[in-house]
Amino acid sequence: MTHAPVPGLSETAAALCVVFIFLVPLAAAGISLINAGLGRSRSAAHAMLSSLCVFAVAVLAYFFCGFSWQGFAAGPAHVVTVAGKPWNWIAAEPFFFRGLPPEGSPASLAALLQMFSVGLAALIPLGAGTDRWRLGAACASSALLAGWTYPIFAHWVWGGGWLSQLGVNCGLGRGFLDAGGASSIQALGGLTAWSIACILGPRRGKYAMDGAPAAIPGHNAVLVLFGCFLALAGWFGLNCAGSILFAGAAPGAVAGVAINTTLSAAMAALAAAAITRARFGRPDASLCANGWVGGLVASSAVCAFLSPAASALAGLVAGALVTFSVEWLDMHLGVDDPGGSISVHAVGGIWGVLAVGLLARATPGDSGQLVAQLVGVATLLGFVLPLTYSLNWLLNRCYRQRVAAEGERQGMDLYELGAGAYPEFVIHREDLTQG
Amino acid sequence: MRIAGFLLLLAGWGIVLSAVALLRPVSPIAGFVMAGTGVEVLGLVLVIRSHRFPRGERR
Repeated sequence: MTHAPVPGLSETAAALCVVFIFLVPLAAAGISLINAGLGRSRSAAHAMLSSLCVFAVAVLAYFFCGFSWQGFAAGPAHVVTVAGKPWNWIAAEPFFFRGLPPEGSPASLAALLQMFSVGLAALIPLGAGTDRWRLGAACASSALLAGWTYPIFAHWVWGGGWLSQLGVNCGLGRGFLDAGGASSIQALGGLTAWSIACILGPRRGKYAMDGAPAAIPGHNAVLVLFGCFLALAGWFGLNCAGSILFAGAAPGAVAGVAINTTLSAAMAALAAAAITRARFGRPDASLCANGWVGGLVASSAVCAFLSPAASALAGLVAGALVTFSVEWLDMHLGVDDPGGSISVHAVGGIWGVLAVGLLARATPGDSGQLVAQLVGVATLLGFVLPLTYSLNWLLNRCYRQRVAAEGERQGMDLYELGAGAYPEFVIHREDLTQG
Repeated sequence: MRIAGFLLLLAGWGIVLSAVALLRPVSPIAGFVMAGTGVEVLGLVLVIRSHRFPRGERR
């Protein structure tokens, strides 16, 4: 076990970090609105309440035990020496934040940012489970994500773990780079979303006997598109705070980070609009929203390391990838993902991570950066995906995750909450018979 | 097929992990990392195929 001194942070940087971190819940609000808007109207209240409960459970699970596995750079950790090199594999913090240095230290700021980040990661699978994922099961699944899956991988990326040591130990560039959490928040959440979508199965009526999918459009495009704007503000906070805390960016560099974030999202949304306009004759609102968020997701990896032009290019590719991926999953793989969470967060996040290796300006000592990024992607696919799938599969064996058929027919609002989100829109039989 | 796919995912990650832990120069590491990622892609294809919604079953 090691314990090194915590590196300092200037007062300006610490103050800026606090402001940026307080913006991050807006990203959670945006994702919640997008998930609710892309679901059916009869499950809208359930979707929003699930978001709130899942966020709360994730924060508490992270407080109970998550932070003790994740820790922070230079904090106490378990280290294994292999071939003469130290490999930091898990943190050794006490439970309940008891080892956290107070008063605006980088570690306490990182813990605050991580509490919001883990909540955001836990919201992502809700988009894939819309209209059929029970509230209790979603909370239990998010506890597993926030208590184990997220902290372990985030420690490897941000807590001084072995992925961040790839530069020092193997000469692979500057080690695995991800300033804003494209891998540890977004791709991890997206892979969990894929596990949930597979375990739950598609919604009733989604696929016909011949496997042809039925279009089940989202019930409120205004909520979805408003969520996109909220998400932009939240992503500013996420990327800027992450760049300062985890990528060592100076306070003056945050303007560049915000520029890259905006350019990436803008290009991704326009790419999605252009592709849907070319293929279907008119732009598709939900796919444009997915493209926008996909651009934001990709920007989380690239924001602190790429030039504005390269960030825009990364966003362009992200928008195209997300658009095609949504269709591919729905039409060809039979994966019912109403919120597009898998495409937006898993595909967009993995692309962002690779874009850092492909598009970053090569400087002396950065050789092997692409290999380092590839190791991170391999870890997401080879460790995070089996872990999150097996945890959710086991949970499903103990506590059924999918709602009963009657619940799907009634809608999650009435079945689980006893009241709908839009009661005035309910048509009663007596209204039809009167007059 | 599902279990085989997950085993391939783990095996691919094992190759990548072994390469970064045991090899030193960058070029052989890169080769093994790509090989490991290739194995993972095969595993991912198997896992995805095992979860394809079966035709003839209405949902």
